[in-house]
Amino acid sequence: MKIYLGKRNTILLVIFIVFLVIAIRLFSIQIIDKKYSETADNNALKYVTVYPARGRILDRYGNTIVENRITYDIMVTPRQVAPFDTLAICEIFGLEPGFVREKFEQYSANARKIGYGSMPFIKQVSSEQYNSFAEREYLFPGFDAVARTARVYPINAGGNLIGYVSEVDRDYIERNPSYQSGDYAGKTGLERAYEHRLSGQKGYTVYYRDARGRIKGRYDNGSLDKEAVAGSDITTTIDATLQAYGETLMKGKVGSVVAIEPSTGEILTLISSPGIDVSQLAEIGKYYKEISENPYNPMFNRTVQSAQPPGSVFKLVNGLIGLQEGVLTRDTRYSCYRGYTFGKIHVGCHNHPSPINLPQSIAMSCNAYYCYVLRSILENRKYANVEEAFNKWREYVTSFGFGQKLGSDVPYELGGNVPTVNTYNKLHGKGRWKALSVISLSIGQGELGCTPLHLANFCATIANRGWYYTPHMIKGSEEYPLDSTYTVRNYPMVDQKYFPLIVEGMNMSVYGDGGTSHVAQVPGVNMCGKTGTAQNPHGDDHSVFICFAPKDNPKIAVAAYIENGGFGATWAAPIASLIVEKYLNGEIAPGTRKDLETRVKSGNLLGKVPVKRKKR
Amino acid sequence: MIRRSNTYRFDWTLIVCYLVLVLFGWINVFSVLHGENSNIFDLSQKYGMHFIWICISLVTAFVIIRFLPANLWQGTAWIAYGLVILLLLATLVLGVGSHGSQSWISIGSFRLQPAEFSKITTSLALAAVMGKYGFSIKSLPNIAKVAALLLLPMALILLENETGSVLVYLGFLVVLYREGMSGWVIAIGFFLALAFILTIVTSPFMAMSAAIVLFLLIYFFKQDAHLKGILVAILAALVLYGFHRVLMIDSVAAVNPLPAESWLAIVIIAICLVFIVRLVIWFPRKRFQSQAFTALLCIILFIVSVDFFYEKVLQDHQRNRIDVFLGLVDDPKGVGYNLHQSMVAIGSGGFAGKGFMNGTQTSLGYVPEQETDFIFCTIGEEWGWLGALAVLALYLTIISRIIILADRAKNAFTRIFGYCVAMCIAVHVVINIGMTIGLMPVIGIPLPFMSYGGSALLSFTIMLSIFIKLIYTEHKI
Repeated sequence: MKIYLGKRNTILLVIFIVFLVIAIRLFSIQIIDKKYSETADNNALKYVTVYPARGRILDRYGNTIVENRITYDIMVTPRQVAPFDTLAICEIFGLEPGFVREKFEQYSANARKIGYGSMPFIKQVSSEQYNSFAEREYLFPGFDAVARTARVYPINAGGNLIGYVSEVDRDYIERNPSYQSGDYAGKTGLERAYEHRLSGQKGYTVYYRDARGRIKGRYDNGSLDKEAVAGSDITTTIDATLQAYGETLMKGKVGSVVAIEPSTGEILTLISSPGIDVSQLAEIGKYYKEISENPYNPMFNRTVQSAQPPGSVFKLVNGLIGLQEGVLTRDTRYSCYRGYTFGKIHVGCHNHPSPINLPQSIAMSCNAYYCYVLRSILENRKYANVEEAFNKWREYVTSFGFGQKLGSDVPYELGGNVPTVNTYNKLHGKGRWKALSVISLSIGQGELGCTPLHLANFCATIANRGWYYTPHMIKGSEEYPLDSTYTVRNYPMVDQKYFPLIVEGMNMSVYGDGGTSHVAQVPGVNMCGKTGTAQNPHGDDHSVFICFAPKDNPKIAVAAYIENGGFGATWAAPIASLIVEKYLNGEIAPGTRKDLETRVKSGNLLGKVPVKRKKR
Repeated sequence: MIRRSNTYRFDWTLIVCYLVLVLFGWINVFSVLHGENSNIFDLSQKYGMHFIWICISLVTAFVIIRFLPANLWQGTAWIAYGLVILLLLATLVLGVGSHGSQSWISIGSFRLQPAEFSKITTSLALAAVMGKYGFSIKSLPNIAKVAALLLLPMALILLENETGSVLVYLGFLVVLYREGMSGWVIAIGFFLALAFILTIVTSPFMAMSAAIVLFLLIYFFKQDAHLKGILVAILAALVLYGFHRVLMIDSVAAVNPLPAESWLAIVIIAICLVFIVRLVIWFPRKRFQSQAFTALLCIILFIVSVDFFYEKVLQDHQRNRIDVFLGLVDDPKGVGYNLHQSMVAIGSGGFAGKGFMNGTQTSLGYVPEQETDFIFCTIGEEWGWLGALAVLALYLTIISRIIILADRAKNAFTRIFGYCVAMCIAVHVVINIGMTIGLMPVIGIPLPFMSYGGSALLSFTIMLSIFIKLIYTEHKI
């Protein structure tokens, strides 16, 4: 009997202890530990994001290039959706019933992940659609509309320059943790470069839900709310009118035009052709496939990404180096018998008077002259061997910004290419090459790759007689002063005193006897220019032209690179000169100039451009 | 009508506690599922259905207490047991599934869960077998009989994938203990479970060290050498710790061909073997010592096999389940989702709760299986610590009341059946509430009298009313 009693009490005691443990555990999670009630609050509070308006983008005169319009995203909270009239939704938004079914299948597949969250149902609906939805919103519990802003482009120009905004993907969020799924961000162009200024700060409104999930109103009178801060406007250095004009000239051509204000380094226009049409920018997602399948690749921003041989405009670089190295003077004369021949090597030239001096060589673009110049640089006795001389030469070239990223604010800028000693050691073997092996560099051919931005910047350097500001698209403001990159002058390794000789040559090229750039003459403007014809093994030569004007106190420097355009004077020079004329005179003079404009606008070179089949 | 002279003989404590729990359960089910303008009697809703089940249960209870003779149960225990076994077999063949288990049987629109009723019939059969005059749990044929009686329904339920219901059968061990089984059986089970958890939470070596230290303590205490026992245990702990540290030194680990843990296991097993051999050869008369060392060796082998089983045999998702339960991984979105949300719901209830129908967590559907297995979350959230404690108190009252009444009964059948009922309720309550607050793994078993679900409510009602009837008869005699 005694034992039985003992067993009963043992059992009762154990049960009591277990219940006590449960009671203590309950006490600890319900009363001591606050973390559970906080989590519960977060479960019950509904944070509704308030999206800020994106900043506007203005051109250098304050004209709006990009602004916003209100649009609505229709969001759906799958957990709150009650059976609804699918057809009515389809009718409002013009959808297929299959689309709705598909969406909801996705939601139920991810039900646990979504939990009580909202998912985008349709994006950027028109205000008419929004209005008819708002009238009948009560019929669709779980659906609601969130105001967003979409981009509008009042001026039909600058698709690639402006860039597009689109919803951030997972990669982007990983790299920029402040972004969340559903946010938008600039992906290319100015939108990307100045995303941090344009985007503003998201806010949120906190609502309180009751036990049925109904929104009861603002939580704690909005004390937890955060206001959205609209993005700042940015003023750019772009001349929207010039940009638009340039784009009409470039229609039907593949290539780029870059114009810079030499005294400031401000980019006036940045045209990559063919480009993305602004009418497609706002809804890039819809057109993305179409654009990316275009054989001329409009996504590709040629102005900073297409590095190609510069052709004869590079003679100016070699001329400057020769002057600085003391192996060339204004009156150094070389003869040209329709080219330069040494042993097996022959570089052809066109028919022109001979012998000629330095400015004449620029004006007539003599190939032989620069073969002599480069030889004299690389075979200079000052240096122990050609390698050392070559290194020096390369140092000069890169001091102009070639072969490296200039550091502009144009996204995805490429550095281009200037060959090194190693390039030729690999090609010919160490010590087995000499000046003649690299002679094509004298006339801007061979292993050189320069972007149109490089060329425009070089032109601005000459216009400034020996210095440049790093090109940029943003204007400084009180709130955001210019980055020091854009306010410090860069000096190439060539003395400023040598530049006027080059300028003289470029001026002669436009006005002098035998000059190659006569087509670039603009009434009332003292123009300086240099043609280039970049040999192209894949088809017609590329037409290249750089120019600046006026000769004294220059206002604009332009580089035009027209792929498969033939001679520099055929397409690039007319286009660049028209840009100058438009910018300085405001209009194109009647007569020959107007005819030239008509010829340029109607010109279509697309047929000459070899289309590469895209690799899948 | 019950005659007035008899009323005091019914155990009104049990009846009142039962009614309070059932009604409280019902309104909590309503609170979870209600919509706007819901009517608690709406038969198209689960809370309406639950009302029907409450009525059926009450009628059944009334019939059992008022009309059915008390001696019916002892006489028909085996028939009922056999019937339910047949039902379980039928379920295996015809059953329909729910949440990966196959434990329902449909008769028209009526769905039954035979596993719930097997608890009643097993209790009855157990009481019938063990209640016979002169029954002793210590005889081998009796042990076999009882084991077979318990294992048959357990095996069938396990085949239906209702792991939770199988665990409930462990409660019957306590009944066996009450009826004379050695407490060591339960203690050893407890130590094995402890060794299992230690092995996984810390490391096999830690579990072994703990086993050795504990063994030394018990060994010397049993021989009344308390001081010596403590000293030896501390010494052993230090030596083992030092050994472990030495193996962990980088330069030692570098020349060590086997993982440190394996060395420790080998050394420990070797030492135990030496001791056992020594004891068997030199002191064959010291039975206690050789038994003790054999037990130690068994525990250590158990630990090694648990480790092997856990690391090599279990699949990832099974391992994950154990890990989440033991708190080794924090996983609020995956396996631990239910547990996390249920603890948030209960924890946010605070001292006095958020008020009836005001729980945001439970009503917003964050907690799954809210009206059935996780009904306690609603109680915790809407009624707070006070409400939860009141529910606990009611259960404790019912359980201890049954145990006290049963223990007092002259009839062995009544006593054993009473203990079975009490342990069934106790195990359900402890596992169910324990899982909602993270003290137990998430095992799907209902909270007696409160969870939504007809089979469970009816079977607990039947158990309780049979017991009330048996005790009533006891008093009448």
